[in-house]
Amino acid sequence: MKVARPTEAIQERVYLLELVKGLGITLRHLVSNLVSPRRMPIVEYPEKQKSFPAGFRGKHRLTKRENGDVRCVACFMCATACPAECIHIVAEESPDPTIEKRPARFDIDLLECVFCGMCVEACPVDAIRMDSGVYAIADFKRSNFVITKEELMAVKPQGLPD
Amino acid sequence: MTGNWILDLVIIVLKAAFLLTILLTMAPVLIVLERKISAFIQDRPGPNRADIFGFRLAGFVYVLADAIKLFTKENFTPSAANRFYYYLAPAISVMVALSTGAVVPFADSLTFGEHVVPMQVLPINAGLLWFFAIASLGVYGIVFAGWASNSKYSLLGSIRSSAQLISYEIPMGLSVVGLLMAFQTLELNKIVQAQGGLLNVLNLFHAGVQIPLANGAHLALGIPNWGIFIQPVAFVIFLVASYAETNRTPFDLAESESELVAGFHTEYSAMKFGMFFFAEYMAMVVASSIMATLFFGGWQVPFLDTAALQALSLPLVRLGLGSGAGVVALAAFGLYRFYLANRGRFGDRRDLEGLVLAVVAGGLAGLLALACLGSLLLTEMPVWGAVAFAAFAQFNAFFIKMFLLATTFVWVRWTVPRFRYDQLMDLGWKSLLPLALANIFVTGLAILLGNHFGG
Repeated sequence: MKVARPTEAIQERVYLLELVKGLGITLRHLVSNLVSPRRMPIVEYPEKQKSFPAGFRGKHRLTKRENGDVRCVACFMCATACPAECIHIVAEESPDPTIEKRPARFDIDLLECVFCGMCVEACPVDAIRMDSGVYAIADFKRSNFVITKEELMAVKPQGLPD
Repeated sequence: MTGNWILDLVIIVLKAAFLLTILLTMAPVLIVLERKISAFIQDRPGPNRADIFGFRLAGFVYVLADAIKLFTKENFTPSAANRFYYYLAPAISVMVALSTGAVVPFADSLTFGEHVVPMQVLPINAGLLWFFAIASLGVYGIVFAGWASNSKYSLLGSIRSSAQLISYEIPMGLSVVGLLMAFQTLELNKIVQAQGGLLNVLNLFHAGVQIPLANGAHLALGIPNWGIFIQPVAFVIFLVASYAETNRTPFDLAESESELVAGFHTEYSAMKFGMFFFAEYMAMVVASSIMATLFFGGWQVPFLDTAALQALSLPLVRLGLGSGAGVVALAAFGLYRFYLANRGRFGDRRDLEGLVLAVVAGGLAGLLALACLGSLLLTEMPVWGAVAFAAFAQFNAFFIKMFLLATTFVWVRWTVPRFRYDQLMDLGWKSLLPLALANIFVTGLAILLGNHFGG
């Protein structure tokens, strides 16, 4: 099959005129940004941060009951649903007679996590959520990326209250 | 010429030091400009955080940080490198960048009685040949860097670069031939002197009017006799070829960071890389000053030659000081508005920068205004004052032209994408070379016609 090559007009082949046009475009951006720097489509990142839509999946958090106890009942649904197998739960008996179990440990390895949100979908008691809005997760040690139950409970929600 | 060789030596050393100061201070300025202009072209503010005692100075602090980083980094040498040539290469690049500028005149020759001091470090009558000769040595820096590093990326970069530099030297040299036919000299100061006055069209008429002033000086209103008006085609060829000679985008195939890691300086670290980096910007400054000298009248102030500048020195000093005060006062006002607009942005001393700089600029504007009032008390300019003012004004004219041309290098870099290698060679050999040859032919024809009809 013969593919027709795109032909260039003579003024495009000379290149100089097109070059001047391109220089005009960049000059327009340069001057308009110098004159009104506020119109630049930027966010001054560490000071200002973008807010995210309600469905944004950020760092996980564990929700609490009215009395401040963890809402999780250590049913292992999230750990089972997790495709990355990054949730590690150790269950223990709850002192409250109306509740059967609670997690003794609840660790999430953020380096393993793929932020798919399956754990949130799987949870029967709305104990795990990803609505913190935290997306810049950085540290100097790998071990610090494994976050514990206490750390997960301390994460502040960005969107809906508990 | 008197026999006072010590004075001559001191003057030569002072001029060399002046040239080195310009080149070495322009390099960091251009690095900041490169970052800021690229940022604004891409709709972002560019480097604006780092500060010293709260002063951010629009990104200048980053250049300081870069210098500290480059000087203190590990000076790595690949084990398979040829150490002698590996260390020689950056030195050659810097040497070439520094010594090509020696022939550029930055003001008209100063005359003290019988003593004539040319305002160029190397006042030789083969000035332009010196520029071409030394500039073509620049390819050795890149070839040695690529070959001695013993790395395939470096070698590919330097092979491309050597072919490119050799190809573009031919149109560059040929483009100047037309200019030499028009000015009939190789000495750069004489070329600049010939660019004073009005454009001479085929020896028939001058493009403008001459208004006589005191002392036989003239104010030449009209199109100046600059190289760009005499040889516009030569200017375009020379401009394109100088971009290729300085290895700047769209001809930076030696570097090609998207294909060859970093091209010829892939294996260079610390200040060895810094020297290549600095040499690139200094080569830009030198190429801009050569272009300003050949095509934009060098140190010629538009409409005013040296005699007119000296005759009009007193009113021009008043005008310069007055308008300078106005411009600096406007800058102070702008800085104050910048301070008001950014209050509480960082929550530390950086917020006060605009206010401090506005106060400094305001004080400077006040000083300039006072000097302007003081100059009104003078009834007559002393002779040394007129000479010094003329030289100062001419240096400023040269500097502004050079600076604008150097900014164009940056502007073009952030507009045009890199050429493919075959496109590069096509442009050099099939477009620029015939164009340069045709330009010589047309120039010769025009000179013949001018001599025949106008002569």
